[in-house]
Formats: sequence, structure tokens, C-alpha cells
Amino acid sequence: MKMSYFPGCTLKNKALDLDAYARRSAEALGVSLEEIENWQCCGGVFTTAKDEVATKLSSVRALKDALTKNQPLITVCSACHNVIKQTNHAMQTDSEFAAKVNRYMAEETDYLGETQVYHYLEMLRDVVGFDTLKSKVVNPLSGKKIAAYYGCLLLRPNATMQMDDPENPRIIEDFIRAIGAEPVIYANRNECCGGYVTMESPALSKARSNAVIEDAKAAGAEMVITACPLCRYNLMKNGADIPVVYFTELLAEALGVKEDTHE
Amino acid sequence: MQRVGVFVCWCGSNIAGTVDVQAVSEALKNEPGVVFSANYQYMCSQAGQDMIKQAIIEHKLTGIVVCSCSPRMHEATFRKTAQAAGINPYMVEIANIREQCSWVHKEMEIGTEKAIILGRAAIAKVNLNAPLTPGESPVTKRALVIGGGIAGIQTALDIADAGFCVDIVEKKPTIGGKMAQLDKTFPTLDCAACILTPKMVDVAQHEKIRIFSYSEVEEVGGFVGNFDVKIRKHARYVNEDICTGCGDCVSKCPMKKVPNEFNLGMDNRSAIYIPFAQAVPKVATIDPNACNMIKNGKCGLCARVCAAGAIDYTQQDEIIEEKYGAIVVATGFNPISMDQFDEFAYNQSKDVITSLEFERLTNAAGPSAGKLLRPSDGKHPQTIVFVQCVGSRCDACAEKGKEYCSKICCMYTAKHAMLTRDKYPDTDVYVFYIDVRTPGKNFDEFYRRAVEEYGVHYIKGMVGKVTPQGDKLKVQASDLLANKQLHIDADLVVLAAAIEPDASARPLATMLTASMDTNDFFTEAHPKLRPVESPTAGVFLSGACQGPKDIPETVSQAGAAAAKVIGLLAKDKLQGNPCVASANEMMCNGCSSCERVCPYGAITYENKEFRMPNRTTAIRRVASVNPAVCQGCGACTVACPSGAMDLRGFANKQIMAEVDAICK
Amino acid sequence: MSKEYLRDDIIRSSGVNPKKCMKCGKCSGTCPAYDEMEYHPHQFVSMVETGDIEPLMASKGLYRCLTCFACVDRCPRGVEPAKLVEAVRLAVIRQQGANHLSAETVAAFSDDETPQQLLVSAFRKYSK
Repeated sequence: MKMSYFPGCTLKNKALDLDAYARRSAEALGVSLEEIENWQCCGGVFTTAKDEVATKLSSVRALKDALTKNQPLITVCSACHNVIKQTNHAMQTDSEFAAKVNRYMAEETDYLGETQVYHYLEMLRDVVGFDTLKSKVVNPLSGKKIAAYYGCLLLRPNATMQMDDPENPRIIEDFIRAIGAEPVIYANRNECCGGYVTMESPALSKARSNAVIEDAKAAGAEMVITACPLCRYNLMKNGADIPVVYFTELLAEALGVKEDTHE
Repeated sequence: MQRVGVFVCWCGSNIAGTVDVQAVSEALKNEPGVVFSANYQYMCSQAGQDMIKQAIIEHKLTGIVVCSCSPRMHEATFRKTAQAAGINPYMVEIANIREQCSWVHKEMEIGTEKAIILGRAAIAKVNLNAPLTPGESPVTKRALVIGGGIAGIQTALDIADAGFCVDIVEKKPTIGGKMAQLDKTFPTLDCAACILTPKMVDVAQHEKIRIFSYSEVEEVGGFVGNFDVKIRKHARYVNEDICTGCGDCVSKCPMKKVPNEFNLGMDNRSAIYIPFAQAVPKVATIDPNACNMIKNGKCGLCARVCAAGAIDYTQQDEIIEEKYGAIVVATGFNPISMDQFDEFAYNQSKDVITSLEFERLTNAAGPSAGKLLRPSDGKHPQTIVFVQCVGSRCDACAEKGKEYCSKICCMYTAKHAMLTRDKYPDTDVYVFYIDVRTPGKNFDEFYRRAVEEYGVHYIKGMVGKVTPQGDKLKVQASDLLANKQLHIDADLVVLAAAIEPDASARPLATMLTASMDTNDFFTEAHPKLRPVESPTAGVFLSGACQGPKDIPETVSQAGAAAAKVIGLLAKDKLQGNPCVASANEMMCNGCSSCERVCPYGAITYENKEFRMPNRTTAIRRVASVNPAVCQGCGACTVACPSGAMDLRGFANKQIMAEVDAICK
Repeated sequence: MSKEYLRDDIIRSSGVNPKKCMKCGKCSGTCPAYDEMEYHPHQFVSMVETGDIEPLMASKGLYRCLTCFACVDRCPRGVEPAKLVEAVRLAVIRQQGANHLSAETVAAFSDDETPQQLLVSAFRKYSK
């Protein structure tokens, strides 16, 4: 299966690993990621204001590009996913907003949110299937107790994201099981790390990040996994004393394609 | 030709405010057949009715049109008036110029024009009316009560005490319902069992009452006074008539790991079980999903220890068919699932519980024998946080929870908080509330006692997140009056879950053709004036199946429903509705279209001999309607391809005359 | 600008109806940035409803909302307080010379580990 891939800015710079592991693993699972040509940065956060149009055009262009190839659009970064999914939802449901966007785009056909948007985790669950993934694991991470860290961007707002139960999610836990490790459930897995406010108030992001790590550790976690570069940055910068890694790294390791990535 | 009188009601300013009533009565004077037309302030008053009667006599009227409120409101009133003045009650037509006219229009000109048109249509119809006489049907003097909680129990006792037979159908192995699970009851704190179990015994011993426990209603046919009901009595694999309830089988049963529903899964029961010590009927029941003997034929221990020989592994479901004159729905409620509210960590920690679970935890017959202990580690909780309104008062677009206030939570939470502080004064108790709603006799006084005498911390605000960590539950909440975010390390969190109608209510409503609201609560015939009757004749409502209710209110409503049932069963005959379908045999071609669409099974076909013009005879298959079963819905008149079916009082000709009058 | 104009502008831009609020305070109970906001989420909703927008525009809490949507998802009434915060913040930074974040500040802040995501997000939130 072919999917239009939107890597986003961080995966091209500070999170090269997140990108490389994702591509290798997808290939191993029979999904080919075709990077969208000339994609532009999603902006990092979705502006909820209905009268904010220009900042959402880069997402619409990527979505429309995928539609012309008749492919679903996939992202790995939680932020890109959140912005693109919310923009797509606005194109589907807010006709006034969609009309403004389409006037800006001035293309022959209007875009009305037709493209299906997947997060990489949803691709694993809904396209590949966790059972199939399990069967392709050559290097199970047996015995490892891993805490899934969702943060806020993957799950909320639930009405739009529709990825999982926002208060009791299981998609990353199921992923952890599929690669042979043991998930650790803790209540702060869907609480915010402090996000971009770390720039404005380092103390706030420290408090939030510590709450996440403390909670995960209290529940017995040896490691935290995430899909979001900013979550990882905040958790690490604020002194996490257990490893915080991208989920794609563990995926690549379990599928036995991790080393190839560093050729 | 009819002699029609027209009576236009002002309804105070309800109609006269937006309809020129004088102009309406003037305009309608000139309609065909009209010989008298007048208007009056309140037609339904004694003076108004007298005016109608006098006009009927003076002007030798043969039919009347009353332009007033909805026929649902006063059609019966004006029919009686007409009858008293000597004309057939079905010679009365109502033109609804209030709900469908004055209340929906703002401009006098438009309202008046529409009122005239509606009046004209009613006159056109009454010109074609014919006197009708209702048929009579006998009344089966037995009532069915569906649901054996406090609502069903009280209704059954009241009906039976009036001398009528009552059957209670309860889907659980015992009657008692939710009240049997409660510890104490507000606002007087009597123990629920102490006041409920004597009533359960009364039910069991009443010679007029039969209990079908572990049973469900499967099919309902017939109509008011003559319902035909099929009841499925599930196989309990124990002969009820022989079982003495000694409990030997229960203690010997090797399968002891079945979650105990009565204690909401907080402890286990055996595969053969008696739900609780005061169960009625006090007989054992085998859970076929848990019993090894039933599942794979290995065990049979209970049969060996039963001295009475009551165990019967081959028992089958039994279908009971019975006739009833009246049916009372008392299917009750359940707390909603907490799955969508896991910010409170209900699925993550055993120490986050619902209020109903808290009842079991404090009940002497509960899983901790009445000692308030944490489900996770059996320790005494030092700090308890109660959260109100979990899933109640939610906006529809929030896509979780219920829009209504569940009504009982404020009071039971005050009770829980008070009793905890009374029994364990060393405990810190917090209640997070949005509003404290206590409109009931001695209710607010009760809540104030919890605060002032028992030192319960009531905090206006809501809990936002519960984080189980170690052996604590970290509660993050807002204190709106102090304008602070609070962080409390709690040992137990109790959620006041919203309540919803029992899941059995929806299919039952379909069987009974009784209407429900969007929340699956049964709809009453009139929210104020007929609160215990369903709009379906002969079906009555008792308890929380109609809306959230506490025990005092449930018992009052149960008694009221019983009174209505008694009123019905006391009659020997019921007057039917004469507005029923009838087939014109000469036009019927025997196609069966009407039979197929009739929802009541009122239409049958028979072969009839007809005399032909040339003095021969022919056998033809024609439809015939049972007027006692027909409800006058009119579906057959629409389905009939040859126009042979007509509804008395609403004949095709009459409807067309109305349409013509409106379009004139 | 009149109170009513400001209020209507915020309501239009956010798409939020503050009248749906039942004043339960769950938003403030769940907010992870509560202690950094001089007007807490429930007050924010209430002040928008009464048209008290100017104090909100002057508050530093505008830049402390994490946009984590916890208040949006957990509100029993579907009020979406975070969208109001966003609308008020935009009403501020859309004014001339009112950018909250300058490129110089970013240079001082960032280090080798700083992900691009953080920089673009902060710019999107704090500057037009």
C-alpha cells in the first residue's frame, strides 16, 4: 500500500531518527511512504480561531496533494498529525471556512476534506493490524516495562481526532504488546508535558514533565515512548531519569531494521 | 342537511390575543349548514357549556363546531356537553385555533385568517358526520406489573389490597430491585432492608399476588382491558416449589468465582446462588454460564446435597400465557457506565467507585460486612472525595453523559458523607458539587446537618483529574469560591454516576406501543395532569422508568398508578372507540393489503356468500374488522387499493371535504 | 472599542457559546497551567460572557495556556474554554506591534536540542 507521507520540520532536522526508523519499518511492513513534494511546515499548532485561514493553507495543500494521488495522508509527528487532522475536519464541517480556503487556493476543483488522514500508529492498527505486526517481530522486546506517553496532541480534541478513547486510550499500549513488551498504565499519560510554553515558563513545563515521569515511574516503567518531538524534548530537558524514546525506534528494533537505518 | 352551531372560544387572551374572535364567528356564520355562531371568553367553563347546550336546544342543532384549544384538551368535555343537550357526542368537531394557530402566530391578521380556515374545515367535516355509538368490551380483572423493585412492589400491593389479582414479572431471581442494595435511606436514615423486606414478604404471602421471578415479558397483544401477554420464565434449574432456600447447595458448590451482581462485582458468589438472605422467592438459581454440570456435565454436587431434591439440570424455559386488564411498567433505572469518564480513573483504580458500590461497601450484608474498607487493600480510608454530577447535566454535543439532572445524587451523597463522618469521625470527607439540589421535605435540613453538625467539607467546584499513584488517589479539583486549584491525596473517590432507564425498557416500550422520550424514559399521557398513565390506554407508569426519582416519590407514584389500575379494573365493561375501520364488502377485492398493514391484528378475512344480479350466488373473500381490537389508526384505509376500507368518523369523504374547505 | 463589540468579536472568532457554561469549574479543576493564569479557565468563560475582555487581553495567562484541550474534552457542557483563550490571544497579537515573541528571544532560548516544532509552535502562538 502507498501512502502520502508528511514528515514535518522536526523530522527533517532534530528528529532524523524518528523519520528514518518510521520509513524503514513501514517498508518492512509492506507500506510505502511517498514523501509529498514541496510540503510546507504545518505550523506546529492548530489555531482554533475560525477566522484564521492563511496559517492552515499548508495543511490543505498537503491534503490536496494526497487526494490527487488518491492516497491517504500519513504523519508520524503528533503535532503535524493534530494540525492536519483538525484542518481536514474544519474543511469537512465548516463550510464558511472551506469556502474561504478554496478561494485562496484558487484551483480548479475545491477541496472539501476528502483525504483520509492517518497517524503512523493508526496505520499500524488499522492498515497493518497489530496481529500482523506481532507476527513480523523478529526481535521481541520481552520483559521490558514501557510507559506509553500520549500527551495531548494525539488524543484531543477527541471530537476531531477520533483516534482512541481520550481518557483511557490503548493504541500505544497495544503497540507495546505487539512488539513483545509490557505496557504500564498510568493516569498522566494523557496529560500535557508543558508544550511550547516551555519557552515562556520553563517552570511550568518542568512541573508538568516531572509529573508525567514520576507517575510513569511509580507505575513501574523502565522507559517512556512518545510520537512527539516536543514531548520528548520537554521530558528529557527536565531531567527524566529513564529513557524517553520515539516509538518508531522500538518498532525498528523489534522488526530488526534498526541497524540498517544507520548505514 | 345538518343544522350546525359554531362556538368560538377566546381562551382569555390565549386565542383572543392574536385572533379576532368576533371576526371569526361572523365569517363562519355564512358557511353551509351553519345556523348559529357565537364567541365567548371561556367555552369550557360552566357558563360556556351552558351557552352551547342552550343553543343546541333553541336552534335545533344537529352538529356543533367548537373553535378552541387542541382536541386532546377538551374534546371529551364538549362531547359530554353535546350529549347532555341531546345530540350524539360524535357530532362535535373541534377546530384547534390555539396550539395550531394563536400560539404560533404573532400577527392578528394572519391568525384570524387561519382561524377562519380551520373553522371552515371543521364545518365541512361535521356536515358529513354521522352519529356513532361505541361498542363495549369486557375487562380482565387482573393486572400485570413489570419490574419487582420498590415501585413494582408498592403498585402490586396496592392493587392486590383492593381485591384484584396481580402478577409481578421480575427478570432477576429475586424481587427487591435497587432498594434492596441500599444501606440507609434519606432523609430519615431508616435501613433500607428494614423497611423493604417486610413489603417483599407481604408480596410473597399475598393471596392475590403471583411472582414470576427470573422471567421476562416476551410478547404483548390485545388492548386495554384485554391484553394477551407471553412471559418467559427462564430455567433456573431448581424446582421453585420444592426448594426450601436452605442454602446447602450454595455452600457446597465448588464454583465460587463468579462475580456477585448483587455486590456489583466487588466479591464473588457461587454458580448456584441465592442473591441475598432476604430474597423473595428464597430459592436457589443456577447460573448456566458458570455451572460446570450445565456446561459440560461434570459435577452434580448440588443435586447430591439437596435434601429436598429440587435441583433439575434439565429444566427448560417455560412460556406462560396470561390475560390482563392493565399493565404497569416499573422497570427502574441503572447507574450509567463510567467508561467515558476515565479522567476520574474508574477503570484504573479499584478505589474509585460509584455511589451504588459505596452503598454495598457500607452495607452490613455487603462485601466488607459493613466496614468501610478500600476495595484495593482492605484498609480504612482516611480521606474520601465524593464527586457529584458525573455524567448528569451534560450538553448533548459533549457526546457523553445525560442532559438531565439525575435528581437523587445530591441527597444520597449528603447521606454517604454524613454516615461516614458519624461512624468514622477521624475521616476527612470532601464533596465537590456544582449545585446542591434538595427540593424535598426535610431534604435541605438534612444536607445542612451534614455540613454543620458532621463537618463534611462541601466545596463548590468540580474534580478535573484523578491520578492513582502508589496507594493514593491524587485528586485535582477546583474550589470556585476560594478561586484555587486543590490537590487532595485521597484514599477513596466516590462518583455520583448519572442514572438511566434500564436497558429492558426500550424493547418493552415497542411491545407495549408505549412512547418514550429521547432518554428512553417512558412518556406520561400528560406531564402534569396524567403523570402515571402512558398515552397507550391501559398502560401505566410507576417509578424511575418515567424519570429519575427517589424512594418517597417512587412510592407515591406507585400508589397513584395502582389507583388508576384499580379504577380501570373496577369497571365491568369498557366503552370502546367507535372511530374504527370498517370494510365495504361490496367493494373489497380480498387482496389482504389491509391485513398486512394492521399493527393490531384487527383484520381477518372470511368467505362470504353474495347474491348476484342474475339470482345466482357467489362466494367471495372479504375483509372484516374486529371493532374491539381496532385502534382507529387508519393504516388500512390508506393501504386499501379499492377504497373499501373507511374509518368511521374520519371517512375519506370527510377528510377530502376538509381539504377542499381549506383550499377554497 | 465597546465591551459588546469585543465580546461579539471573540465569540464569533472562537465559535464558542459561553452561555452554555453551567459554572461547574471542571475546566479549572483539570487545567495543568492553572497556577500560572491570573484568570482561570472558568473565569475566562464568565468574563467573555459579560464582555470583560480587556483585562483578559492584558493578562499574561494568555501565553501560559498549553492548548492541551483538557478543558475542551472534559467540559460537560461542550463550552471549549481553550478556544476562547486562543481568540483573545489573537485579538491581542493581531494588533500592530503587539507580537509577544521576537526572533531575538528565540535565539537566546534555543540550544542544540530544541526541536523545530517548539520554535514554529511558539511563533504561531505568540506572533502574527
